[in-house]
Amino acid sequence: MTEPTKIRAQLNGSSALVRVLMLHEMESGLRKDANGKTVAAWHIQTVQIRHQDKLVLTMHCGPAVAKNPYLQFSLRDAKTGDRVSVSWIDNLGNRRADSTTIA
Amino acid sequence: MPSLGRSQSASSGFSTNALAGAFEARTLAELSRALGVPAPIEAKEVTLQAPDMAENGAAVPVTLSVAVNGVKSLLLLVEKNPHLLAAAFELSDALEPAFTTRIKLQQSSNVFGVALLHDGRTLFARREVKVTLGGCAA
Repeated sequence: MTEPTKIRAQLNGSSALVRVLMLHEMESGLRKDANGKTVAAWHIQTVQIRHQDKLVLTMHCGPAVAKNPYLQFSLRDAKTGDRVSVSWIDNLGNRRADSTTIA
Repeated sequence: MPSLGRSQSASSGFSTNALAGAFEARTLAELSRALGVPAPIEAKEVTLQAPDMAENGAAVPVTLSVAVNGVKSLLLLVEKNPHLLAAAFELSDALEPAFTTRIKLQQSSNVFGVALLHDGRTLFARREVKVTLGGCAA
């Protein structure tokens, strides 16, 4: 139903810079379409980031996070080959999980 | 709740009710009450980077970072949005307390980055962002 999340994780010393692009419409529920009808809210609510299966970050999104949410952060104590997973759930219950390894 | 050495969890922070209340809040006072934290204090340990002028209010890049450790969570608030809270991050010490993301601004507004620390302090930084084209309505 949705496109895969793009994740780039690059080692930088002992940290890894992680850049995530989640593909999602992120409708705030406040927008009106061409006919003047309000477009229902449809947006990611919770994003969980795991480093080697350990939960390191939970991001709670409101409707004011921009379309195709972008997220950038740095993981400490990272090594090449470590797994970084991004999973999200939206307000309609759709889920998605993608992962990559640190380059 | 004592932290367990270095392996502090990233989801022990907000209860579901607290979060629901926080996302509904329209003022900083309501938000602080919903999360059960004191009113935040402006502090230079918190850095919020945002453009002075955003042509497209639908995607305004912001970077929020904290210069100290012991950050439990970070909040991004947009003063003049229909709802104040844009995003909330529950951290662990496995990552740097610094994030870049993009948020929607309905109109020119102050953007606040708030840090909730384990020692109970609540600190914030503020940037004013002018918007040429609002980001919540077509």
